[in-house]
Amino acid sequence: MDKMSQLLKLLEKTDYIEINNFRMDFDELELQLAPAMQRVIKQAVQQQTAVKKVQEQMEALEFIPPVQEYPGEVAEVQLGAGTRKKVLMGGQKTLYRFEEPQPNPPVVTFDVFDIPMPGLPRPIREHFLEVMDHPGDWAKKAVKEFGANMVTIHLIGTGPKVQDKTPREAAQDIEEVLQAVDVPLVIGASGDPQKDPIVLEAAAAAAEGERCLLASANLDLDYKRVAKAAVDYNHAVLSWAITDVNMQKTLNKYLMKEGLTPNDIVMDPTTCALGYGIEFSVDVITRTRLSALKGDTDLQMPMSSGTTNAWGSREAWMKKEEWGPTNYRGPIWEIFTGLTLMLCGVDIFMMLHPLSVQLLSEIGSTFTKNYLTTDVPDISGWITELE
Amino acid sequence: MQVTAMEIYRLLPKTNCEKCGEASCMAFATKLSDKEIDLEMCTDLEPKEMQELADLLAPAVREITIGTGNKSVVIGGDEVLYRYELTYYNPTALIIDVSDTMEEAELKERINTIENAEFERIGEMLTLDAIALRNASGDVQKFKEASLILKEASLPLVLCTMDPAAMKAAVEVVGDQRPLLYAANEVNMEEMVDLALEYDCPLTIFSPNDLGTMKTLSRTAQNKGLKDLVLDPGTYVADGIGDSLDNFIMIRRLAVEERDPDFRFPILGMPALTWLYEEDEVQGGIREATIAATLMNNFADILIIHGTNIWELIPVLTLRQSLYTDPRKPQAVDGGLYELGDLDEDSPVLMTTNFALTYYTVEGDLKSGNANCYLLVLDTVGRAVDVSLAGGQLNGESVTDLIKESGIEDKVKTRTLIIPGLAAPMSGEIEDESGWEVMVGPRDSSAVADFLIDLKDNS
Ligand code: B12
Ligand code: SF4
Repeated sequence: MDKMSQLLKLLEKTDYIEINNFRMDFDELELQLAPAMQRVIKQAVQQQTAVKKVQEQMEALEFIPPVQEYPGEVAEVQLGAGTRKKVLMGGQKTLYRFEEPQPNPPVVTFDVFDIPMPGLPRPIREHFLEVMDHPGDWAKKAVKEFGANMVTIHLIGTGPKVQDKTPREAAQDIEEVLQAVDVPLVIGASGDPQKDPIVLEAAAAAAEGERCLLASANLDLDYKRVAKAAVDYNHAVLSWAITDVNMQKTLNKYLMKEGLTPNDIVMDPTTCALGYGIEFSVDVITRTRLSALKGDTDLQMPMSSGTTNAWGSREAWMKKEEWGPTNYRGPIWEIFTGLTLMLCGVDIFMMLHPLSVQLLSEIGSTFTKNYLTTDVPDISGWITELE
Repeated sequence: MQVTAMEIYRLLPKTNCEKCGEASCMAFATKLSDKEIDLEMCTDLEPKEMQELADLLAPAVREITIGTGNKSVVIGGDEVLYRYELTYYNPTALIIDVSDTMEEAELKERINTIENAEFERIGEMLTLDAIALRNASGDVQKFKEASLILKEASLPLVLCTMDPAAMKAAVEVVGDQRPLLYAANEVNMEEMVDLALEYDCPLTIFSPNDLGTMKTLSRTAQNKGLKDLVLDPGTYVADGIGDSLDNFIMIRRLAVEERDPDFRFPILGMPALTWLYEEDEVQGGIREATIAATLMNNFADILIIHGTNIWELIPVLTLRQSLYTDPRKPQAVDGGLYELGDLDEDSPVLMTTNFALTYYTVEGDLKSGNANCYLLVLDTVGRAVDVSLAGGQLNGESVTDLIKESGIEDKVKTRTLIIPGLAAPMSGEIEDESGWEVMVGPRDSSAVADFLIDLKDNS
């Protein structure tokens, strides 16, 4: 493009230009400075004068960011050691990024199961169909293709009503996954209060020294046994309470009595999905993080969200013409559920769909940057630029 | 911060005259503090106290009406940063844009789509709130012509142009409908404020990533006598979203915690900007919805959106409904007996709980399956089936009381109660206490209509 058309192009999208730095060869000017052009320049000059005038009239006010001091801080938890990559979470000293960026971005962990899980929604099965028979392959695909920072292996098959796999078999599944990937693991059991502690113990032993997250300890099962397994084999524990700050405090206290420190605990305050009580989770998570920063030492741990609960919502899975394709509704339901809780302070997300993971991570990655240090596009012309 | 009842009480006449309809001044003060009654209801106030109370009660964020009469939407009015502290007021207004470059027919069709977009959830019809007209053409005449068409729309309007001449042309057409003017910046400030004052319209201040200038412009506009402002600190839809969040949060924190008069206004976000960078309808829709959720979670009072696919709007509408429920009240329907379809003494009897989400889900499933049945609704203080099972509200005794008190035994011959699959652990107890037989239904009520059909076929 010659200079003239470059300039015209530039002016199309500009409200005003800096006339001081405007340079052009004289002959070029004489030849091409069309009346339209003159008008544009005149306008620009007028606008600049207007800005000056407004600026003179208005005494520029100083803006001071409302930064606060917090007496408490969130513990930093490390997952992954031994042959694993290291992943850090938590460590916040403030509530908001403009006060001080988070030391660690939120982490996403992909859900993988020890059985083929016929019940998984179709939009997810699509991505993992050929690897569902082998948790190791499943985990590998999540890491290689979808960039998972971590993998959660759910030992659903150990459920007495599922396949009643033995703790030994569970340990073998853990070994398979440990062999297949080098990211840290979250190890989940089947949700059976009698069997879970035994399964988690066997899994913890199989992953000795790798610093996994044992999911989970709660008040309905032998949490002491889970805590002991974590202490003995160097893992962290997920402390799960059901949308109740006091229950969470109690459980954390009990776990710390068993020898765990805040650096060994991640809390799960329970994820109610979008439209299914998400506001309860919002309230509990907000209160928990505020209490931590205000100095409540029983709540100063990072938080986790079982974001995949979102797939249980009928808006995510139910076929219904008037609602549009489930292919889009499902991932959005998962994103909204995770994102909402991420904005309340959750640090680690258990998720299923690659697109949801990608979008959540993109927004989460901005949490570690300083205010006004990102290159942002000029959006002042949006009214005319939008299609 | 919420004003306490005590702070209010001090300024009341303290005569307990009951003219306000409350038993005492203290009761009135409590209701005022919870925003459940209007100050004007107390007729005995002296002007000075009245003014003091009005100032005291002014919400941290100014409440602003866009539009007039039944073509209007109210935004702002919030008192707290976190909903658990009180509640959020005035749900985020969801606005869809149209452009003055559209052909008349196309424009009318899009207006029609916006007006008719709806999604029913928990007994509530969720809809969109307003239409934003963009001066995309950059042409004054075109903007004016398009406003003429929008004048007939049933939703309130936002007029988007940075050109005061175009704004003037449009306001001359629809100014009496109190549109939101978008936007004033450093360049056009004077003319825009004059127009807003002349036509008594709320005005948006646009100052992307620059809260210093935002503050200056806000002060200037207020000094000129403009009270209804909306703040747009810029929406960055990619990596800049972190900055946008910071801006939104700082504005709201200053309003609520520091009562900074320059920032006590509703905030506007613009998820529509996603489409400057995204062409794919599906990717764009998912991203735009994500940005909308991000900003709505962080205090956006207005969102301008471009996509109109229902699968994109459903989650946004749902999130809004959730965040704006009142945490002080259970979301519940009345307990008791509900009748669905054509009934006789052989009709089946079903049971559910009075959590609004549970009730409307079950009712919706029964209606869409054309089921004819009695539905006993147990008052579980607004708890879902499994929640009230775990919490103890759903038990043999409470269900028996419901059966006896509802009078169902006089209406049907059957003594079989169909309970939700999730309530199965309670079936024995219900049978023992009530003398009814219990039949465990499906876990999810989407299968209940078919379940009833099978039942009928088999009998
Ligand atoms: C949101 C929620 C809460 C909210 C309450 C929301 C409310 N108003 O009910 C809060 C935070 C307050 C809460 C509290 C508790 N909760 Co809770 N909560 C949930 C959660 C996440 C969702 C519940 C929900 O909204 N479901 C949606 C509604 C629509 O489902 P529904 O009522 O069951 O209706 C469906 C079916 O039952 C069926 N259906 C309904 N009626 C009928 C009728 C017929 C005839 C048929 C056929 C079918 C049918 O169709 C409906 C649509 O699918 C669930 C976990 C989950 N399920 O995802 C845990 C869950 C129910 N909670 C649980 C617990 C333990 C509790 C607490 C005891 C914990 C505590 N802190 O003490 C308290 C109890 C409070 C009380 N009752 O006093 C456990 C229950 C475990 C169990 N089964 O024993 C759950 C399952 C979580 C878990 N995995 O541990 N909870
Ligand atoms: S009307 Fe006023 S003075 Fe009379 S009881 Fe009510 S609040 Fe008190």
